Amino acid sequence: MHNELEHKDHPLVCLHEISFGYGEQAVLEDIDLHVEKGEYLGLLGPNGSGKSTLLKIILGLLTPEKGKVELFGKPINKFSNWHKIGYIPQKATQIESRFPITVKEVVSINARSQTKVAEALERVGMLSFSSNLVHELSGGQQQRVFIAKALAGDPQLLLLDEPTVGIDANSQKDFYSLLDTLHKSGLTIVLVSHDTEDIVREVNRIVCVNKRLVCHVTPKEFVAGNYYDKLYGEDRKTIIHRHSHA
Amino acid sequence: MEKTEKLSFIVTHMLEIFTYSFMVRAFIAGIVIGCIAPLIGTFLVARRFSLIADTLGHISLAGIAIGLLLNINPIITALIASILVAILVDRIRHNKYISGETALAMLLSGGLALAIVLIGLARGFNVDLFSYLFGSITTVTDTDLLFIIPLGILVVITVAVFYKQFLSIAFDEEGAQVSGVKVNFLNILLMVLTAVAVSLSIRIIGSLLIGALLVIPVTTASQVARSFKQSLILSIFFSLISVIAGLFASFYLNLPAGGAIVLISLIIFSFVYLVKNT
Repeated sequence: MHNELEHKDHPLVCLHEISFGYGEQAVLEDIDLHVEKGEYLGLLGPNGSGKSTLLKIILGLLTPEKGKVELFGKPINKFSNWHKIGYIPQKATQIESRFPITVKEVVSINARSQTKVAEALERVGMLSFSSNLVHELSGGQQQRVFIAKALAGDPQLLLLDEPTVGIDANSQKDFYSLLDTLHKSGLTIVLVSHDTEDIVREVNRIVCVNKRLVCHVTPKEFVAGNYYDKLYGEDRKTIIHRHSHA
Repeated sequence: MEKTEKLSFIVTHMLEIFTYSFMVRAFIAGIVIGCIAPLIGTFLVARRFSLIADTLGHISLAGIAIGLLLNINPIITALIASILVAILVDRIRHNKYISGETALAMLLSGGLALAIVLIGLARGFNVDLFSYLFGSITTVTDTDLLFIIPLGILVVITVAVFYKQFLSIAFDEEGAQVSGVKVNFLNILLMVLTAVAVSLSIRIIGSLLIGALLVIPVTTASQVARSFKQSLILSIFFSLISVIAGLFASFYLNLPAGGAIVLISLIIFSFVYLVKNT
């Protein structure tokens, strides 16, 4: 309890001068980044820009060559409250594609009780699918189940790596609406994507990475500052059109 | 009345099998193996690691040859050899220079090659090598049961204790690591459990057919199961039917036990597949 109070004003994630490479090839150089409590942060960058690597460094799955990582105010090597972090990787499951596993079994993996399973499924609107097999669900429904799995551990920070890849447009809309609801309920979210239009529309802070930190701005500043061209070149444009979520 | 007498004759004749102590030993070993092979196999198939069982089966044959050369119980040497290689397999999975599947294929051939060379070196082996390759009902000794029963129980208890963590890793290895699951330890543990299941199955199934008992009942169960847990239970059920029917067939039709068990498990798979998909 003392530790909780001691670290309550710290950012949830604090990266200081992070550098990382695969062999000779530098992937990230001198990245400084804070994720504050309550933020909905979009991590943008072209393919191969180091976004997923950065996420894996935050999660302790990769160790940086240089720099410091702090989670909830503690150095990562002393951090033990991993249940505070929910993570949905780009490929959210590696299980044999037709292997029978129910929605309830998947969400139970991270849950401390069956009540938490039901609550998490309720939050993502999948409670009535508890007994369904995961491989029988649509891409959008599966993504909701993966979120429920992360929520069942009662996280304060949710990290998602390219969560909408392979999901149809309508399901994507529902998916972002769900993330918006979760954010409004107090969850801090970091969303990695290369889909600029969606990120600009949905999040309240944008971090652009292309080996180095290109910008850390609001969506409006992102558009006004022409950061899109700096990241992707001048032949593509983005438009912000806000929509209200149900 | 005549029908009852006929039935009584058949049942008595069938139960005659249990008057032979070697068959009682074979059934005890078979039931233990019939439970633990699909128990481990479920996690291997779910993780697409099916080839590991075959690789360790071939390695265990080299372990048997070492045991026969050194005059040690071959089950013990097979167990040691397959555990060591199981740990090596886990390390190789993380090697970025050789793909896991290629490494497994190399180890599989290497295990068989080593076994053949060792067997060739010691031409004086006074054993029925055929039984180690394809299984036999007559070779299970009381000493073997002293290994098979406690180790089998240990495998079941270990899987029950770590069930949730094994499932977590099978579903999403990175996610499991982030949520604090000791992924490296549990991966090695699963490999060691596989090695134990494989080594204990040698007497009945034979080292070349072990992989089938870890994979076929699980694949059959996954056709009809409506949950992971149900798949686990059904795979044990299908495996036990295969083992028991295979042992009966082996006794009455004088067939190699391993071949009979695997063929019956394939017949069950074909039946379930056809019923499900037609």
